[in-house]
Amino acid sequence: MIGLTHYLAVAAILFTLGVLGIFLNRRNIILMLMAIELILLSVNINFVAFSAFLGDLTGQVFAMFVLTVAAAEAAIGLAILVIFFRRRGSIAVDDVNRMRG
Amino acid sequence: MIAIIAFYLFATLTIASAVAVIFARNPVHSVLWLILAFFNAAGLMLILGAEFIAMLLVIVYVGAVAVLFLFIVMMLDIDFAALRSGFTKNLPFGLIVALVLLAEIIVAVSAWKAGPVTGGAQPVTTTQPNIEAVGELLYTRYLFPFEIAGLILLVAMIGAIVLTHRSRGDVRGQKVSRQVDRRPEEAIKLEQPKVGEGVKL
Repeated sequence: MIGLTHYLAVAAILFTLGVLGIFLNRRNIILMLMAIELILLSVNINFVAFSAFLGDLTGQVFAMFVLTVAAAEAAIGLAILVIFFRRRGSIAVDDVNRMRG
Repeated sequence: MIAIIAFYLFATLTIASAVAVIFARNPVHSVLWLILAFFNAAGLMLILGAEFIAMLLVIVYVGAVAVLFLFIVMMLDIDFAALRSGFTKNLPFGLIVALVLLAEIIVAVSAWKAGPVTGGAQPVTTTQPNIEAVGELLYTRYLFPFEIAGLILLVAMIGAIVLTHRSRGDVRGQKVSRQVDRRPEEAIKLEQPKVGEGVKL
């Protein structure tokens, strides 16, 4: 029978893959954003799995909030990416510190 | 039995497509794999009985976020081969971090299994459909966070528009005030041209 641990394992592997993706594609910010989406997806799976197995719908409500924040983050991140590309002609993350901040 | 098969199908496909997202050479392929991962995660949530979140995942992630990614990847003219140059260099370090993280999560889960988690506040009633139950909770107990979520989306929308909007100097824009100020006297000129001569503008 499929238990809570199975879902937690899937979410853990997804989370780890997301972190690995951020480390591997250090130069490509689009892929980094996609890896962040993977991480948020794994968090959502955790929320929903706990919600289903504990019999509490709060987890699903919060999964929806995570979804909202993920969508907002993707929109803002891609907008910043577009203006960065317009200015530099590339999206290499290595030279984003042009303002020496 | 069918639930077990479905779980393993969705789980393996989700993880496999997540691997493909990270390792795909072409970012367009990455986005397409991401869409597949979202679909399979939605399937996982369907098995759990969370129909609302599953549908939301398909609508919001596949319908909006993934398409946004696809637009950006295809719109910008980026040399992706040059961006992959640090890939093998980062591989060992990234693998170490990922393995440490996975080990930590496994330890955390096993520690959680040692002690029981006390049950939720209210048990899910089986008579009520999932969407109805979530909606009831959303509009009563979590009304305020729900409104805040809407505000976050509004801020994100305005922020994205403000960030990417630019007023270009090389196009002749419409001057609304001049159009409104225009009167018939200055707009229309009646002339009686002589034969053989043109009209001077």
